[in-house]
Amino acid sequence: MDFRFATTPIDAAALARELANPAAGGTVTFEGRVRNANEGRAVVALEYEAFAELAGKEGERILAEARGRFEILAAVCVHRTGRLGLGDLAVWIGVTAAHRGPAFEACRYLIDQIKARVPIWKKEHYVDGASEWINANGDRSAPGPRRTP
Amino acid sequence: MKTIRVRYFALLREQRGQEEELVQTGAATPAELYRELAGRHRLTLPEARLRVAINEEFGSWTAPLCADDRVAFIPPVAGG
Repeated sequence: MDFRFATTPIDAAALARELANPAAGGTVTFEGRVRNANEGRAVVALEYEAFAELAGKEGERILAEARGRFEILAAVCVHRTGRLGLGDLAVWIGVTAAHRGPAFEACRYLIDQIKARVPIWKKEHYVDGASEWINANGDRSAPGPRRTP
Repeated sequence: MKTIRVRYFALLREQRGQEEELVQTGAATPAELYRELAGRHRLTLPEARLRVAINEEFGSWTAPLCADDRVAFIPPVAGG
């Protein structure tokens, strides 16, 4: 399976070695990491939850779409679940291609589609002790009531 | 009445207080089932903001529910 979940830290170097291919003139990787702020609030940790059975199927469909749309050799995506601290790797995507153009384009396509379609949820924990499921309350400019633990 | 296995994720899981349950229901569709459960458990997300999965695949709110189906209500996603 090229779309995977990890419950422990993602080993980016091992994944890059897995993608190594003498036909690959270009390898593009994307690392999504836990940022220290969102929407003006100081973030201390993130919690990811996935509907693993369906997320795996949808992730594989997105990878297949990328292989169909772009001239690439291989693509892999690993997404973390569980609680992550600042700077931790949340998602890793690697794409190989003979040439750099399709590798860049496919990598961008993959992260955008994964964020939009795969049933994974992210809860932000803030410095003030509050927490919130991202996107759950709709329009980001008019968030719903803040919930506290 | 039929038995449906319902799974909850993220905000819905927290509001329900559990990850899954077996529900005895007369609901004919996922939409009817969600209305029933949202009323019973005070789930705040409107149907329009959710997707539904039936037997671990995206499904239709108006599909007929069968006995022993596994249904999940999917809050707005936020991976990456």
